[in-house]
Amino acid sequence: MFFAHGPEFRSNIYSVDKQDFDKTDFVGRLSSICGENIITDKPRLAVYEADGLTAKKQLPWVVVLPSTIEQVQEIVRLCYQFEVPVVARGAGTGLSGGATPHAEGVLLSLAKFNHILSVDTENLLARVEPGVTNLAISERVKDLGLYYAPDPSSQVACSIGGNVAENSGGVHCLKYGLTVHNVSKLKIVSPTGELYELGSEAFDSAGYDLLALMHGSEGMLGIVVEVTVKLLPVPEAVCVVMAGFNSVEEAATAVSDIIAAGILPAGLEMMDKPAIRAAEAFVHAGYPTDAEALLLCELDGIEAELETQLAALKKVLENNGAIAVSVAHESEHRARLWLGRKAAFPAVGRIAPDYYCMDGTIPRRQLASVLARISSLSEEFSLAVANVFHAGDGNLHPLILYDANHPGELKKAEQFGAKILELCIEVGGTITGEHGVGIEKIDQMCVQFSASELTLFHGIKSAFDEKKILNPGKAVPTLHRCAEFGAMHVHRGQEKFPELDRF
Amino acid sequence: MNSNDQSASLLAQVREAIEHHSPLVIEGCGSKKFYGYPPSPDLDRLDVSTHCGIIDYAPAELVLHVRAGTRLSEINQLLADNNQILPFEPPDFDTTATIGGVVASGLSGPRRPYAGSVRDFVLGVTLITGRGEILEFGGQVMKNVAGYDVSRLVTGSLGTLGIILDVSLKVLPAPEVEITRAIAVSCQEFQSRLQSMQRNMPLSAAAYQDGFLRVRLSGSETAVSAAEQKIGGEDTDNVYWGELNKLECFAGVKNLWRVSVAPASKLFLEDAAVIGWGGGIRWLADPEYDPRKVLAGEDGHATLVKYDKQNLSSETEIFQPLPDLLLGIHQKLKQQFDPAEIFNPGRMYRSI
Repeated sequence: MFFAHGPEFRSNIYSVDKQDFDKTDFVGRLSSICGENIITDKPRLAVYEADGLTAKKQLPWVVVLPSTIEQVQEIVRLCYQFEVPVVARGAGTGLSGGATPHAEGVLLSLAKFNHILSVDTENLLARVEPGVTNLAISERVKDLGLYYAPDPSSQVACSIGGNVAENSGGVHCLKYGLTVHNVSKLKIVSPTGELYELGSEAFDSAGYDLLALMHGSEGMLGIVVEVTVKLLPVPEAVCVVMAGFNSVEEAATAVSDIIAAGILPAGLEMMDKPAIRAAEAFVHAGYPTDAEALLLCELDGIEAELETQLAALKKVLENNGAIAVSVAHESEHRARLWLGRKAAFPAVGRIAPDYYCMDGTIPRRQLASVLARISSLSEEFSLAVANVFHAGDGNLHPLILYDANHPGELKKAEQFGAKILELCIEVGGTITGEHGVGIEKIDQMCVQFSASELTLFHGIKSAFDEKKILNPGKAVPTLHRCAEFGAMHVHRGQEKFPELDRF
Repeated sequence: MNSNDQSASLLAQVREAIEHHSPLVIEGCGSKKFYGYPPSPDLDRLDVSTHCGIIDYAPAELVLHVRAGTRLSEINQLLADNNQILPFEPPDFDTTATIGGVVASGLSGPRRPYAGSVRDFVLGVTLITGRGEILEFGGQVMKNVAGYDVSRLVTGSLGTLGIILDVSLKVLPAPEVEITRAIAVSCQEFQSRLQSMQRNMPLSAAAYQDGFLRVRLSGSETAVSAAEQKIGGEDTDNVYWGELNKLECFAGVKNLWRVSVAPASKLFLEDAAVIGWGGGIRWLADPEYDPRKVLAGEDGHATLVKYDKQNLSSETEIFQPLPDLLLGIHQKLKQQFDPAEIFNPGRMYRSI
């Protein structure tokens, strides 16, 4: 939703010095690789003009939909030869513009890679193609009593390849980790079109942990063409506890006390009053609409263990002045309690024409003060805000409400959002917990990282992709851009932009 | 909390080393000196052990932020006092291990298959790079996807990419109760026995040695005693896991191989002196053959963890050789992090 990306994002460095580059011939060669699975006409290209970051639209030059790894390799090799940018795309549900097309690039859709290749019940692994949706994996192994743990809210639609690219989270991260904790092996196509593997079916592999590095790299280091995910046994018992509080502070203290009591919830979510009210009006989950804050705490595990934890949890909630405590054991009741949280975004969408979703992470102990400051920013900008929060892991999603039809309001929302991200950095957090940088938060990268840190990121990129053909212009800003943005983070006495001339 | 911030002095030493093109051997307290290729004796030592102390620890945040020279034993004690643990259970070879070495070596203990590895719990690092700069990556929060994951990249890189100054780790609540059972079973059958415990059992370690499958159960008293009855076998001492973690049973072994494979793999079942990590590691003591030849074409890798110092041939590869393309990426990354090649040259691979 940040529009200030003009000149650089549409960089035309890829079209210079290409005297022998015949666009028609190039498209012809792509066709000979993909057959009919190529799109060049505007109406059909428009399907791909944006990912989940819909405010940023850009028609790709050409879209290809290969169906074999060999085709991906050939396409990438061709792009490498002519230095044509390649933007890989899964389901296009990402929220930060990681899959926003490049005007002069090839958009490589992995939608046809939608097969689950094998399930290994002995080693608890599933080998899947990158276009398989997150939920489809759990659906496939359900009858075996297994599931795939990370569950981003878009899990019905989002693809596992995209999950790797963004290192997606979900509501169960505190206990079960992010995508990086739940993938054991990847097959990658390099920018030169070579196929290689990272990770192993064993618990570790030789050399640097490139498997971890590939997670969250937003399609900038390689193209994921196969993913081996870890499966977990479905827990024997699950329960969800809902508790309302008369103040955000009480709820925040309860969260700390839950962890301090040695309880490790599978999910621990918080909503503030505007979010509670919007959700309740939308789905009637049974939330207490007079509460200032609401906690949803999911416990799972072995039946005997769960009883002990539930008793301890109830005590903590009681000690922190919880009102309207409700415990759900039955799956229907659990689903209803979760429904309000899971529908929080669309619910907020009903009370405001537009909203802008932020994704900062903060140390949990800063929660009450950060919410208070967001609330005063809300007054300053005269824009309402509703907060939903992955309280267990400190990942905050403030939803800024605005109306794009009111002149200047979008810009105000963006400025408000930028202030929230800077606040997250100030209290020791980060600008993005799970949505990624993409193009949306690229300017805030200048605030979070120093020139030297960004330079090292560019160095890592060049170690994998010397010609910078993979998803150029995303995730890591150039120092030049940061200089223009005027917010380069300088610490430990480093000079401002000492290496500016290198870019 | 005691603290001793030596970052300025360490940075000065690194800058001098860069200027003089004089490589450094990065050392904590040397408890893992045996691991990797031996450093050339004429290189300068850089002692990181004095850069120590807890920077921040708030138990309710589940985050620990420490300087690299802090002793693992001190950290374990601090966590134990707060009913928490480092979930990856790193080995403390001669009780002098430092947390910097733990992260740099990336070695995890018996809990690894059930809780995760070192890198799974690394949240952030502060590094001195080979460009003579102090840089920070990741942070003290659990979810962070801003920028490439440098924190996890340097975990297990044996100091070849930079000097870890400070590190943030996710910690977890300690289990209420831990017990170990030993079950007599053949090496052909221990895997299926373990499979039967895969679900709804509070497993936190499993190893096969000398005809016994040992499993550790961790959790609430009720959960552990319920599982104990289902599993059968005999009670045995939890001390076993600490000893195995420190490789004590291999004290007399000259060439100790650690072969990492999928837990259900059938390789080396009979030859392994110990099978750890619920089947994921096959420890081979002085094998008369090259384990990598047996492993060829299979998914896994072999590391020569201990070797005969007198007879290390120039042909011997301590870590599994990498395919050319991967080695190339390693070399290019090394070039970016450490262009003057001053950090632990040749410790991990001869060419990086």
